[in-house]
Amino acid sequence: MQRPVPRHKGGGVARGIPAVLSVACAFALWEIYVRLSGISPLVLPAPSRVVEQMVLNRSLLWDNTLPTIKATLAGFALSVTVAFVFSVLLDFRPRLRRALFPIFVVSQTLPLVAIAPLVVLWFGFDLAPKVLLVALVTFFPMLVSLVDGYESTDPEIEALLFSMGASRGVVFRSARLPSAMPYFFAGLRISITYAVVAAIFAEYVGARAGLGIVILNAKNSFRPDLMLAAVVISSALTLVLFALTALLQRVALRWRDFGDQR
Amino acid sequence: MSMLSMKGVSLALEGTRVLDDIALHVGAGEFVSILGPSGAGKSTILRLLTGALRPDQGVITCGGAPLDPRDHGFAFMPQRDALMPWRRIIDNATLGLEVQGVPRREARARVLPLLEAFGLSGFEGHYPAQLSGGMRQRAALLRTVAQNRSMLLLDEPFGALDALTRTRMQRWFEERWREGRWSTLLVTHDIREAVALSDRIYVLSRRPARVIAERAVPMARPRLGRPATAKAHALEAELLDILLTQTGDSP
Repeated sequence: MQRPVPRHKGGGVARGIPAVLSVACAFALWEIYVRLSGISPLVLPAPSRVVEQMVLNRSLLWDNTLPTIKATLAGFALSVTVAFVFSVLLDFRPRLRRALFPIFVVSQTLPLVAIAPLVVLWFGFDLAPKVLLVALVTFFPMLVSLVDGYESTDPEIEALLFSMGASRGVVFRSARLPSAMPYFFAGLRISITYAVVAAIFAEYVGARAGLGIVILNAKNSFRPDLMLAAVVISSALTLVLFALTALLQRVALRWRDFGDQR
Repeated sequence: MSMLSMKGVSLALEGTRVLDDIALHVGAGEFVSILGPSGAGKSTILRLLTGALRPDQGVITCGGAPLDPRDHGFAFMPQRDALMPWRRIIDNATLGLEVQGVPRREARARVLPLLEAFGLSGFEGHYPAQLSGGMRQRAALLRTVAQNRSMLLLDEPFGALDALTRTRMQRWFEERWREGRWSTLLVTHDIREAVALSDRIYVLSRRPARVIAERAVPMARPRLGRPATAKAHALEAELLDILLTQTGDSP
């Protein structure tokens, strides 16, 4: 059986309008509530105050956003590379797959709360532990999407290639790998959202700089407005990275934009 | 000269006998069909020829030499078109040549002049999803023919098409074949198709498949696009009778 390929259909700007409206409404209600109730900004700051703090602390926030971006991208690059190498190995050596897959599954069961401090303990306060944690969190989804993607290859296409005298390697390169691409990009979009969260958590546990540190310090000095400012930035960062992967997918999978016109 | 010959070929898959003492041959430039009920093992014969399966018993020779499953010299067309959705039509058509190690540019140069005859000129840059079922099938046939092998193996090439498109494709294919005269082994369960296209027809029984009849088709070509002759009607009726009464237990 051929598995259904996840499809990505591009939408116009018009399709984004309801989402923008609902988010704007939520913020408006929040602002109104804070103003009417007179609640202390130490408990719940209004959105306007969060924005104000973002502007006031822009250089602090920017200096701490850069290390987070660096950790996210380096960890993600490492994870995608290693996941790809392993996916190829597992595809060519099914026995290795049976041996290693349980280990990868277990890697996903480890609670980040416990693992993160250990990794920081072992690798210090620099970039390395963050990169490793991001990679640990995103490796498995990437590996699974690649392995599933290879399996989605149309058996008739493989039979055809073998009938042409193609080697296992040629079949992999010209059929299994392209078949896996839609799955790969689906995994990429999911993993990139995990990656930012993982980087911030790793910083929170121990780092010299980063959005996680901003959040930690803001928490310790009872500054929910600054915490929320960091949250906004991390969300924006995730959205930008998500959009980039979507864009990459549009470019790489151009053939899927030519739908059935039968 | 015999392009292909099978003698005493038997095969069991997962304990079930699928082929039982199959013997058939295809001469150079000859169009031979294998006709049989669905699930009889017709496609299994093609899988033996493409090297996907090995016979338990029997001998397969091509051009006098034993079949080399790695380098069999057949161009195979599977049931569904099996076009790669991520490759443009021209790149699907050159696939076989690319696998043979022909550089992409040369492969394209060889395939481009064929597009016209296959009704695909102007569509070489399209993706398969943009084409109609009939065009996709023609593209798959082009990919098969372009491999420039000594023999075509066609596995129900028109089976997935609607009746009208199928008829149109059969006519078109008869024309192409009259020009190319490729040695061809066609697997089908469509009696009219077999009678219209073949020089000879083998009829298979249900599993385990045996050859229960062999008929020559002497009518002059072209046969399609004109009223079928009385001979053709008689042969179709005879083959239908064989398929209905002699293929073994009814399903």
